Amino acid sequence: MDYFIELLFSGLTRGSIYALIALGYTMVYGIIGLINFAHGEIYMIGAFTAFIVATVLSIYGFPLLAIVIIAGLAAVVWASSYGYTVEKIAYKPLRHAPRLSPLISAIGMSIFLQNYVLLSQTSDFLPFPALIPDFAFMEPVAHIVGSTDLAILVTTVVVMLILTLLIKFSKLGKAMRATSQDRTMATLVGINVNRVISATFIVGSSLAAIGGLLIASHIGQINFYIGFLAGIKAFTAAVLGGIGSIPGAVLGSLILGLTESFATGYVTSDYEDVFAFTLLVLILIFKPSGLLGKAANQKV
Amino acid sequence: MKYTLRGKLVASAACVFVALSAPALSLAEDTIRFGVAGAHSGDLASYGLPSVNAAKLVIDKVNANGGINGKKVELLVEDDVCKPEVATNTATKLVSDKVDVVLGHICSGATIAAMPIYKDAGVLVMSPSATSDELTYSGNYPNFFRTIAPNAAQSPAMVDFAIDKLGLTKIAIIHDKGDYGKPLAEGAKAHVEKGGKGEVVLFEGITPGAMDYGAIVNKIKQSGAEVVVYGGYHPEASKIVTQMKKRRMDLKFVSDDGVKDDTFIKVAGEAAEGVYAAGPQDNSKNPMALAAKEEHKKAFGSDPGAFFEGAYAATVAMLNAIEKAGSTDLAALTKVLRTEKVATPVGGISFDEKGDAIGVGFSMYVVEKGNYVVAQ
Repeated sequence: MDYFIELLFSGLTRGSIYALIALGYTMVYGIIGLINFAHGEIYMIGAFTAFIVATVLSIYGFPLLAIVIIAGLAAVVWASSYGYTVEKIAYKPLRHAPRLSPLISAIGMSIFLQNYVLLSQTSDFLPFPALIPDFAFMEPVAHIVGSTDLAILVTTVVVMLILTLLIKFSKLGKAMRATSQDRTMATLVGINVNRVISATFIVGSSLAAIGGLLIASHIGQINFYIGFLAGIKAFTAAVLGGIGSIPGAVLGSLILGLTESFATGYVTSDYEDVFAFTLLVLILIFKPSGLLGKAANQKV
Repeated sequence: MKYTLRGKLVASAACVFVALSAPALSLAEDTIRFGVAGAHSGDLASYGLPSVNAAKLVIDKVNANGGINGKKVELLVEDDVCKPEVATNTATKLVSDKVDVVLGHICSGATIAAMPIYKDAGVLVMSPSATSDELTYSGNYPNFFRTIAPNAAQSPAMVDFAIDKLGLTKIAIIHDKGDYGKPLAEGAKAHVEKGGKGEVVLFEGITPGAMDYGAIVNKIKQSGAEVVVYGGYHPEASKIVTQMKKRRMDLKFVSDDGVKDDTFIKVAGEAAEGVYAAGPQDNSKNPMALAAKEEHKKAFGSDPGAFFEGAYAATVAMLNAIEKAGSTDLAALTKVLRTEKVATPVGGISFDEKGDAIGVGFSMYVVEKGNYVVAQ
């Protein structure tokens, strides 16, 4: 039974991080119909920013809580400014171009950002400071669930709640939903669509940055390449749940994380990815729009 | 005027011709031509240049004592920049210069590319650094020898250390599914099963670069293993040991040369403490190695670099074989190398049927206070 719980938690931990990244994919897709392949790199930049800020602050001897908050804020601000700028530079000029153009532009941005961090920072693996301490109250169960696993789960749940409130009840959230339903009509009723799109990129990037910070302090290392595989997996999770659907992205991520964990635990880790992608194929065969995706209504 | 100028031109051309052919003339039958090939420029030069220095030191000493069987030894150095496509040219150049034996090449890929050329020419080749299993295990290169242990020798070293030294018999073998890690893990598994003293309780491959290894760490714990034997590189190893420590798992972690890297210690931090890794044999207590180091310091004013001891050993072994065999004929040399034990900086060595040095292996190192030290 312990074993089952252990696998459950490692699956949920991974799923939570997938979810934080997948939301960025799904929100951007919902609003402008673009798969933002540079999103994995935004997550990596968030982790790097947190790394740099946390390292500098710990040299000056700040208390851990202050370091976590300042590094977290810095990661969010820095990553969102990257997300915002990428949209302005690489996607906005192509908004009325054929669908393939912004897609290629996104792949280009992804490669550019990866190499930019590689050149300006390092190709080496870097030790990420343990921003999440070992809680004393977790010690009796530390052999089953680690403190970082718990912190990741709690943070993800809180962030999801805030996001839900934002989208359901705030003015910005309403504007986002309107834009995603019909961009032209939203413009006609006086919504500043450009601003809504920018806001979407900022929110998505912030979530990814939080994910980057959490996973980096969980595994204790980063390098410039971490965004690639994480981005691909999160994108898969978004498609699994139905791309464009926010609850779908969360559900898809958790299913993907749990599948990987249980497949490793009860079958074999050699085929971890095979199980994950077989599941994706099966779901898409029977439900082409994903678990919670709406059947594609033709937008004209 | 015109004619005199032409006469001068002819004369100087003749001079140049004579000057160019001078080394060729001195290459007559009375010398032993000793080739050194490897990366001597480019970003991997630091691996190749120590072997040139080693050969120089040994050969100068031999020549000062009157040479071998009355012949002086002559050094021919050729650069392959560690690139297979250059290495074939390097080999062709050395063979057309009629080398008798070659010390090199340095990189496995370049060595494999160059070997067919030496094989056709019947030239003995000995590398201080090429560790690819293919070079000796495939049986394709009967003229190849080396003074470094092949990659595959790490598996028995890791397993024997875990079972005999640490006394742990329940072994989880994990690998990264790659060209380097997987054969090591398979070798380790075979060695455990052959030895019969231990038991493989888990054998799994992990995806390199995955976000985390929480699930596999759970599985290791569930398997009841006392020790993890890992085949792969340090980025994954550091994630695994970090996560094992987080889960309060008190397992020994034994790994390979790919983990014996200071980056591993830097990244894994405290979790790296007590991790064992295989690495090239420690020769720091061998008096010949110390003497060779001193010679190098005296001649070049600096500490020798990577593979210096192996290159010194290879030079000594090859010259010894030429002396004992009384010729540079490949069959005669091979026979001496296989039968005669010779004292070198890497220990007293002879060579097995495949061409690997007997008595050269891997040592186990352990992380202590942020540094790899030889494990006792």
